[in-house]
Amino acid sequence: MKQVIAVTLLSLRSLPRRLSASGVAVVGIAGVVVVLVAVLSIAEGFRAVMQGTGSPDRALIMRSGADSEMTSGLAGPMTELIKQAPGIVRDGQRPLASAELFVIIDLPKRSTGTSANVPMRGVGPEAAEVRQEFSIVEGRMFTFGTNEVIVGRGAAGQFAGLDVGSEIRSGQVSWRVVGTFETDGSVSETEIWCDARTLQGAYRRGNSYQTVLARLDSPETFQQFKDELTADPQLNVQVRREDEYYAGQSTQLTTLVRIVGFGIAGLMSLGAIFGAILTMYMAVASRAREIATLRALGFNAFAVVTSVLVESLGLAALGGAAGGLLALVGFNGYQTSTINFQTFSQVAFAFRVTPQLLVMGLVFALFMGLIGGLLPALRAARLPISAALRQL
Amino acid sequence: MKFLPFVWRNVWRRKFLTVFTLLVIVVSFLLYGLLVTLGNAFSLGVQLAGQDRLVLIHKVSLIQPLPVSYLGRLQAVPGVELATHNTWFGGVYQDPSNFFAQIAVEPEAYLAMYPEIHLPPDQLKAWLADRQGAIAGADTARRFGWKVGDRIPIQGTIWRPKSGTGDTWEFNLVGIYDAEPGFDRTNFFFRYDYLDENRTGGAGLVGWYIVRIADPSRSTEMAARFDDMFANSQAETKTTTEKGFIESFAKQIGDIATIMMWIVTVVLFSMLLIVTIVMMYVINQRTSELAVLKTLGFTNGRVMVLVLVESVAIALVGGGLGLGLAWLAVQAGDPTGGMMPTWVMLPKDVGVGLALMLGLGLLAGALPASHAMRLRIVDALRRN
Repeated sequence: MKQVIAVTLLSLRSLPRRLSASGVAVVGIAGVVVVLVAVLSIAEGFRAVMQGTGSPDRALIMRSGADSEMTSGLAGPMTELIKQAPGIVRDGQRPLASAELFVIIDLPKRSTGTSANVPMRGVGPEAAEVRQEFSIVEGRMFTFGTNEVIVGRGAAGQFAGLDVGSEIRSGQVSWRVVGTFETDGSVSETEIWCDARTLQGAYRRGNSYQTVLARLDSPETFQQFKDELTADPQLNVQVRREDEYYAGQSTQLTTLVRIVGFGIAGLMSLGAIFGAILTMYMAVASRAREIATLRALGFNAFAVVTSVLVESLGLAALGGAAGGLLALVGFNGYQTSTINFQTFSQVAFAFRVTPQLLVMGLVFALFMGLIGGLLPALRAARLPISAALRQL
Repeated sequence: MKFLPFVWRNVWRRKFLTVFTLLVIVVSFLLYGLLVTLGNAFSLGVQLAGQDRLVLIHKVSLIQPLPVSYLGRLQAVPGVELATHNTWFGGVYQDPSNFFAQIAVEPEAYLAMYPEIHLPPDQLKAWLADRQGAIAGADTARRFGWKVGDRIPIQGTIWRPKSGTGDTWEFNLVGIYDAEPGFDRTNFFFRYDYLDENRTGGAGLVGWYIVRIADPSRSTEMAARFDDMFANSQAETKTTTEKGFIESFAKQIGDIATIMMWIVTVVLFSMLLIVTIVMMYVINQRTSELAVLKTLGFTNGRVMVLVLVESVAIALVGGGLGLGLAWLAVQAGDPTGGMMPTWVMLPKDVGVGLALMLGLGLLAGALPASHAMRLRIVDALRRN
């Protein structure tokens, strides 16, 4: 053990002499970790938004056969019927359910100036009461019956011309932004909200809606509520828990990003392992005489192997930590938006570098260091002492 | 030339280093190849967009329909060669995860608009004869094991049929199309007249128009002219070139191409560092030999060239292998099974790859080569 420590310290002390080669190993491993953590933080961020949306005690009612709010359609009288269903929380006589329209408005992205499909939601007067997490953070709520709109915090950040007080011109309609709202970081923050009836006129939808969002007495009564509505011969609807609906929308993109992230990082790590092998090989080769001398002095092969491995693990840990730090500083909280193909509309989200991702990056780095150091370490141990010394 | 065997021997004198250096380069260029392909996939085939095709969508948003009556008005505009309309169907085949695009088209006009699509003439004839007929891209047909003659049921999500059971629309697969390399081979095209006659609601509405103009250099002017034609109507339009349309749609996904470029840069930079360090080490080991060469009468320039040839050779061999592997992997098809229809490596990407290999070889060799060149015989020999 003493030998191990002595040889390891010796090799670490000689590190500065081999700075450039060791530096390369560190940079290579840091590069892999940055890419891995950064790409996976995209998936994390998107998932956090989608899974943070909705509540188990809210039911989303759409036309049966529709695969998203975008493709659903419900006639006005039908939405009235749905609102009267038992199981919905009532405020006096008024059921807390909002008949809504969900459409797209073409607006320029702030970052690129290119057009983006921004989701626009026409809501009923109950919308804010149905969604308890809703709050106005700037300006005020729009007035029903007018062309006023309020804009989610995420949308205001990502798309141009959505500041309070500005006008949005879209076709022959113009909308006035009177407030900004937030909903605890959920998908709704990418949306623009207005009066559903005004939107029906603007998009020539007659008296039709797309969905009804209802607040139920409790999460447990969902099944009963669902059975009631789907059994009703006058309706032709599907009923889903709101949180499950949104969680379902995140799987496709999250899976894609994960496949891509792990694929790229996997290949890159292969390259980095080869790089580490080269670095450690050169380190061993340049210290051949030194190692041979140690062996001649009676230090055993195990001590030599360990010293090489410790060095490569140390370099890998350094690279892993640097990469993680870089990803954290460079990408955590980075605001962006992408398209949700299920609804064809934009979702704003922020990259999320979670502690789990950082730990994973570090473990990945150590793994690369271990594999990279193993081969050269064994080479060092097998170095024929006499031959190496003769090189003098 | 006669020194090539010499360089070759030098390369293989240090097998361990050479093998692992080659491996680093192979992996890097494999990554390069896959990342540019991914970039292409996310740019949705914008490189293949026709310069002479314009796309008209509803000004308010892509999802708003346009009246079918615009077709005649567009065709009447001088300078318009061909106009046709498309309508997004958005149906589900068996399971939502089986995504592929279904588009209602006018068969003859659509195929005339896209000569990139190849459909056997007898299949086109069958399509024109069968109102319920549909054609599928070769990739999609292979994915689901479809054959010509199959009956394909698709659940409508936007439109429900007047007849039949629930939301199911039935199509007869009358043809399977192939397309030019890189062109989307995953679409499912069916007849607009079938959709329009059988849907409840939405009659006479189409999704968007595609117009081919005679003179691509006048595209901006023509686009403005179309938009003026429909200004102040119930459905105002926004016209862009097909390229601009695809580009702006690809940008909506996010700037994937930029992220890919960053990763490629990180990878290639790390590789450059590694190869440089290895070459420095190798040349340093050979100091006395280089001095001997110079003593034998090799000029400084020639010594430098020898070192550069060595590093360029390693870069080309490793890079070529890597890019070749990437090409093979890309031929195997889109790893997500249909989510990325334009999964293709373009000749341009291969060219850039070759240039990168050459550049890397030269850069990695530059430092050790100049070192070798400036070597003074006396010093080098004395050091021994």
